[in-house]
Amino acid sequence: MFALEGLAKTYGAREVLRVEELSFPAGLIHGLMGPSGAGKSTLLRLLNLLETPTAGRILYRGLDVGRYGSRLELRRRMAMVFQKPVLFDGTVFDNVAYGLKVRGLRNPVVREKVTDTLRAVGLEYLEKAQARTLSGGEAQRVALARALVIEPDVLLLDEPTSNLDPHNVALLEDLIRGTNGGRGSTVILVTHNVFQAERLTDRVVFMCDGRVVEEGPTAEVFTSPREERTRAFIRGDMVY
Amino acid sequence: MQAFNLVIGRDPALMQIIRLSLQVSGLAVCLAALAGIPLGTWLGLRPARQVRWPALFIYTFMGLPPVLVGLLVYLLLSSQGLLGVLNLLFSPTAMVIAQTVLALPIVTGLTMVAVRGKDREIRDTAVSLGAGGWQVALTVVRETRVAIVGAVVAGAGRALAEVGAVMMVGGNIEGKTRVMTTAIVLETRRGNFEMAIGLGLVLLALAFVINALLYRLQGVNAD
Ligand SMILES: Nc1ncnc2c1ncn2[C@@H]1O[C@H](COP(=O)(O)OP(=O)(O)OP(=O)(O)O)[C@@H](O)[C@H]1O
Ligand SMILES: [Mg+2]
Repeated sequence: MFALEGLAKTYGAREVLRVEELSFPAGLIHGLMGPSGAGKSTLLRLLNLLETPTAGRILYRGLDVGRYGSRLELRRRMAMVFQKPVLFDGTVFDNVAYGLKVRGLRNPVVREKVTDTLRAVGLEYLEKAQARTLSGGEAQRVALARALVIEPDVLLLDEPTSNLDPHNVALLEDLIRGTNGGRGSTVILVTHNVFQAERLTDRVVFMCDGRVVEEGPTAEVFTSPREERTRAFIRGDMVY
Repeated sequence: MQAFNLVIGRDPALMQIIRLSLQVSGLAVCLAALAGIPLGTWLGLRPARQVRWPALFIYTFMGLPPVLVGLLVYLLLSSQGLLGVLNLLFSPTAMVIAQTVLALPIVTGLTMVAVRGKDREIRDTAVSLGAGGWQVALTVVRETRVAIVGAVVAGAGRALAEVGAVMMVGGNIEGKTRVMTTAIVLETRRGNFEMAIGLGLVLLALAFVINALLYRLQGVNAD
């Protein structure tokens, strides 16, 4: 789905990301792991075309996104849930409908899709609630619903379950799996939780200090990590 | 008390003054909002260092003395001026132009500051969800509407309260270009303090009503 070539991102004098070569095959759930500040969110923002790389390029289905005519059109095939989701002023319904409305979908279609998606995340009873009044976990589920309702080809998730109770974690994991299985969406999921990565992902990428340390099929990487840093990270994470 | 009787007494000349005040300032604020909100939003969405000069320019104009604006518009509209052929000097249109020039930097500047101060995440979220340039701008305006209405309120206050500019380009002609502020100046000079106070109270009451209406527009109901 994505292939990165010599991709780098620099803020000021600091290089926060450098990935020589990495690909995210289509149709899979990819886990993105690594310590805080490793550059995971930065990578997702680059893939979502919210940032421009300082060097290198991103290929989307073999197309160089830098040369692609319309970033908007490309971006509309993806959906992202931010690490700190921001909800718009308005009702839960308005928030979930946003991505569909800007794509010019007709109102009855929007209504149907939004209702279905809210039901799927277990928030149909909050449809008319003001988004500002939601609890952290509710807000996070609205943010996920807002991305899922778009039915994107690529779903970028930055720690989407960090605020949720175990029941809702399980619910959202099912949803993510369903989107991947049903629609064949490619999912790239940032998570700090090794168990979640094991449950959910087909492949994982370990990052550290802006570099990819190790990547491969999840089972393989977890049972026999090649790199000492990966091993340490997994061990450290096992604590919780 | 006599002041109030004079005012409430539906004196046709007085009603005319009040009506003209509202028309001139109202139109000026509408024009300033129509131009200033989009302009301020556009400026606010650009990176700050790209718009440093326009921003400085606008901040300076926010504090421009009304008489100076009066002078500039006067020169522009006088028979030798650039727009002299239009013959607009000493007409309500000239007053609208002067007050628009006064209110525009305020609406633009405060809108710009409000939009710039809005969390970057709001924009990123809109962009990420597939909003195009216009849709992003509209979303940011909607999210910032409380502060933007505040900007319009400040602009309205400026227009309604100033006296120097309308005096110069309008000429305070009875029945034609006399508005509340210029009438207050005149009545005070003549020693008609009751009349001046009465007009002042009407001005105050109007400001209150207008602000109450704008306050509702802010939709401060989420709290
Ligand atoms: N806009 C920015 N300006 C300057 N530095 C930034 C910016 N965005 C990110 N960084 C820096 O880049 C580095 C990587 O940040 P990033 O958010 O990608 O980390 P992360 O892997 O997502 O970490 P976490 O697990 O804590 O979310 C951090 O050191 C951060 O301070
Ligand atoms: Mg992060």
